[in-house]
Amino acid sequence: MIVANRKPLDEIEEMIKGYQKIILVGCNECVTVCAVGGEKEVGILASELKLSRKKDGKEIEIKEVVLERQCDHEYIEQLRPFVDEYEAILSMACGAGIQFVAEKYRGKPVLPAVNTSFLGVTEEQGIWVERCQGCGNCVLDRTGGICPIARCSKSLLNGPCGGSTDGKCEIDKEIDCGWQLIIDRLKELGQLDRYEEITPVKDWTTSRDGGPRKRVREDLKL
Amino acid sequence: MTSNSHLERILERGEFAVTSECGPPRGADPEVIRKKGGLLKGYVDAVNVTDNQTSVVRMSSFASCILLKEMGFDPILQMVCRDRNRISLQSDILGAAALGINNILCLTGDHQKFGDHSTAKNVFDMDSIQLIQTVKWMRDDGKFLGGEELKGVPKLFIGAAANPFADPFEIRVPRLAKKVTAGVQFIQTQCIYNMDKFDQWMAMVRDRGLHERVHILAGVTPFKSVGMARYMKNMVPGMDVPDEYIERLKGVDKENQAGEGIKICVESIQRLRTIEGVHGVHIMAIEWEEKVPEIVKQVGLHPRPSA
Repeated sequence: MIVANRKPLDEIEEMIKGYQKIILVGCNECVTVCAVGGEKEVGILASELKLSRKKDGKEIEIKEVVLERQCDHEYIEQLRPFVDEYEAILSMACGAGIQFVAEKYRGKPVLPAVNTSFLGVTEEQGIWVERCQGCGNCVLDRTGGICPIARCSKSLLNGPCGGSTDGKCEIDKEIDCGWQLIIDRLKELGQLDRYEEITPVKDWTTSRDGGPRKRVREDLKL
Repeated sequence: MTSNSHLERILERGEFAVTSECGPPRGADPEVIRKKGGLLKGYVDAVNVTDNQTSVVRMSSFASCILLKEMGFDPILQMVCRDRNRISLQSDILGAAALGINNILCLTGDHQKFGDHSTAKNVFDMDSIQLIQTVKWMRDDGKFLGGEELKGVPKLFIGAAANPFADPFEIRVPRLAKKVTAGVQFIQTQCIYNMDKFDQWMAMVRDRGLHERVHILAGVTPFKSVGMARYMKNMVPGMDVPDEYIERLKGVDKENQAGEGIKICVESIQRLRTIEGVHGVHIMAIEWEEKVPEIVKQVGLHPRPSA
């Protein structure tokens, strides 16, 4: 899933300080699973914003909405019947969702209430960790199912570097060395001999470096 | 000979090589480099110039190498993958070769988190092993990574680092083997204090015959004090400092600790010289370059061969 973090309240307040009527829109997908932008979090943020305004002797009207997704036209359309009654849209979706809403309602300022962070998993209740950077050219078959791009702090394809100590990364003792994980897994799989295969320089064109990415399925187009 | 490197010539002749390093200054004053160079002149065969080590911005390794070259040194250009992509790396390789730099040390580079610009974006378009491959490809195949032909190939003697003490230990030798396969010609190791573990590593290196395919220069760093020894033991990742050295330094008066540190370093070099497959020593006297001549003289490696 896409994992995000909510922005600090004061940063959100600064963004919306000129508005008295806003739509606060959550998303039922990833940001609900990672507990940052679902129905519950929309309710909490709306209350916090109203309370904070009240303290300053001011008011704000907030329409709380949670869409099934903010990355599909049909769901974003659901805002249309009332969008004109509000001055701005504050979105709690990932960066993709926020931008898609902005594209649709060009006359409205669309503001981010969260920072989109990474593609990850729920490692434990309340703990989300990064697993993929969407480089567009998966090498997991050769690295024991552990991604060197996402899990090595330097994205080394022929790691580890000299900074690996007791299985931890040189940048933080809380972060596992991705290459230690790869080596351990290759050993478990009886494939440690693969370690000596040199991975050549990567073609990054399938990653962000190739420019904004697009995928077209002709057979699915209408 | 693959290059005009003085270091390559000495190693190919089978002589025991001595290298040291020079950290560039945090400013534009060339005199800092010249002064450090002056301390080492005549005592080493080649000098490494670090590339923004620990991710702290300094005068470029490239420019500092040129300053040392002007003084008659055979500099070793350290090049890390943190700050430059393949376009910039290849361009600097060509520039260095054009200006008479004969040696390159291919490194991954410390993460920028440690430095004075921790908010920077890093590059790591390639890693140290791929950088070795790149230099070799440019030199021996006369081509850019992109496949186009070079007009004038960079005649560089290719080096890399190895840390016999880093984790996971079981892949330390396979990792060296990867670097050898990639085309590395000389290796400078991390500072060696745990001699028994280094011996064990070298035995594994010899078992695979790697000592015959690459020149290994053993890294040493003299302790200035017991405080420094403790710091190296506890704070520097991948450093293995046995307690016996800490006890030994603790056992002498504060004013004699530096002398004891030099003594330990000299003893280490003497032992390293006896290990089969060790072809030289790399003395990293960090901000203590003035002690290098004394160490080199005490181990009987002075004078250095002229050409």
